[in-house]
Amino acid sequence: MSAATEFDPKIVAFMCNWCTYAGADNAGVARLESPHNILAVRVMCSGRVSPEMVMRAFRSGADGVLVMGCHIGDCHYAAGNHRTAKRMPLLRNLLGYVGINPERMELAWVSAGEAPRFVEVTKAFAQKIRNLGPLAQEVTE
Amino acid sequence: MMDAGRHPRIKLMTYSEVTAVSGYMGNYKATIKTRPRYIREDLCVGCLQCIEACVFKKPKFPDEFNMGLGMRKPVYLPFPQATPQVPLIDPENCLQLKTGKCKQACAGACERKAVDFEQKEVVQEVQVGTIIVATGFKTFDPHKVPYYGYGKYPNVYTALEAERLVSASGPTEGEVVLRDGRKPQTVGIIHCVGSRDEKTNRWCSRVCCMYSLKLAHLIKDHSGAKIYNFYIDMRTPGKGYEEFYNKLLEEGVHFVRGRVAEVTDWAIKPEEEGKLILRVEDTMIGQVRRVPVDMVVLSTGLEPQPDAAKVSALFGLSRSADGFFAEAHPKLRPVETNTDGVFLAGCAQGPRDVPDAVAHAGAAASMAIALLNKGEVTIAPTTAKVVREKCVGCGDCLPVCPYTAISRVEGKAEINPALCKGCGTCVATCPSGAIEGLHFTDEQLVAQIEGVLA
Repeated sequence: MSAATEFDPKIVAFMCNWCTYAGADNAGVARLESPHNILAVRVMCSGRVSPEMVMRAFRSGADGVLVMGCHIGDCHYAAGNHRTAKRMPLLRNLLGYVGINPERMELAWVSAGEAPRFVEVTKAFAQKIRNLGPLAQEVTE
Repeated sequence: MMDAGRHPRIKLMTYSEVTAVSGYMGNYKATIKTRPRYIREDLCVGCLQCIEACVFKKPKFPDEFNMGLGMRKPVYLPFPQATPQVPLIDPENCLQLKTGKCKQACAGACERKAVDFEQKEVVQEVQVGTIIVATGFKTFDPHKVPYYGYGKYPNVYTALEAERLVSASGPTEGEVVLRDGRKPQTVGIIHCVGSRDEKTNRWCSRVCCMYSLKLAHLIKDHSGAKIYNFYIDMRTPGKGYEEFYNKLLEEGVHFVRGRVAEVTDWAIKPEEEGKLILRVEDTMIGQVRRVPVDMVVLSTGLEPQPDAAKVSALFGLSRSADGFFAEAHPKLRPVETNTDGVFLAGCAQGPRDVPDAVAHAGAAASMAIALLNKGEVTIAPTTAKVVREKCVGCGDCLPVCPYTAISRVEGKAEINPALCKGCGTCVATCPSGAIEGLHFTDEQLVAQIEGVLA
């Protein structure tokens, strides 16, 4: 087995309570398998995720960070995710400056009814991070 | 229905729709638009003499309640048990409303002077504490499955049309007469039309098996016809339902297991001439059969209302993948929604039969009353709180709050906990870190992040 396939990344996934967290829950209820690398941190709204939180996750050892919330227009708090939609791409642009590949951070909308999509998104992201390798290695290089 | 109409503490607003909702649990303000029925509800006693007197001596407009199988006049009562017992006038067909030229025989016949051609649309605002959304369902449009020939062959009926034909108060007073005047000798009932189908709707509509059995029983009883049921699986859960199915088996109703491929009038054998032929694989005997019948009944499934998206936006509801309104939890909170003070009842949430809808509605009413009776509401503890010492009064948080719960008091931000829903958007926005999202504080989230990464 090569070193790349052995790498088991840690991914912090911020999930909003109403859509994605419920979607993840439904994925579990439906017995759909999602990657074990996804470490859920529940927040009430994706709008609660400050750029600082994402950076703290990277600093604490996450190889990737997913921010997930309701689709635009479906936010439980009417427009909380509009803030996320503005904030996260900006943060993504800034990640490169501190030596973190912006690909390690992603914003995704998954509703409560989209259990299969939750699995799809998390699997694809986990695979992407697996291909990118450990963050520590990237930063020291 | 009558009981609800007469109840002193229930105000029925029929022929109306909610056009806007604002406020929050215990304090909603709903804008309701009532269309004119051209007959004053406060004066009418439901004697129905206006219908009798109408200048149209014979009913000549398709009756919506009878699925167009019967006729009505421009002034009509939607159906015999309608609540309130007040007729309405259809402005599209009423001579007075359409042309302004009519001798207004209906108004002349009304002793209470309830006919009012000048009536206008009324918009009013009402204060309510809780809201129950019970907007029901729509039946599947069988035109979407053209291989069953609905609209092409006159003797293909939907289940609702067949229901009106066997009803004693229907257009034929319960006699099963086809559109061409014949009485059917054989009837085929096709189950799962627009249900359990990859091409149309994937879900089981739950009620069709039982209503198909009921129709089979009634059509057989009223006409003596030979009945075939074409089913995928018989689904008869419910008290007394399986027994009813067994009774039909004993009555000699035929059951063919298999989804019908098509309904055609192309006869290839002499006994098929002039009949509709159902082509179906009978999976019990493993053979393709051609079953000639006189009448086909399509057991159409249940769908969300076409305006479900609009209604969900109005009340802040979410919808499940099938388009029905989503409950707060599929098992433990089946009548609540994610919006506090808004409840769901009946098929608006998903297909169900009458006893289940009544139980669901009872639960929704209890939840709504329990909330109101308490007089005060319990709010979630996850609200945001301003640390006054840290706040610099920049005001960045004010525009981000979706609930306008933040105001500036003496130069610093202040949050109204009754309005705050705890989304935490302001917490993430505050540049000085002066807002705490209770139960989701920065420290707690960091501890969680470190915990999962450890």
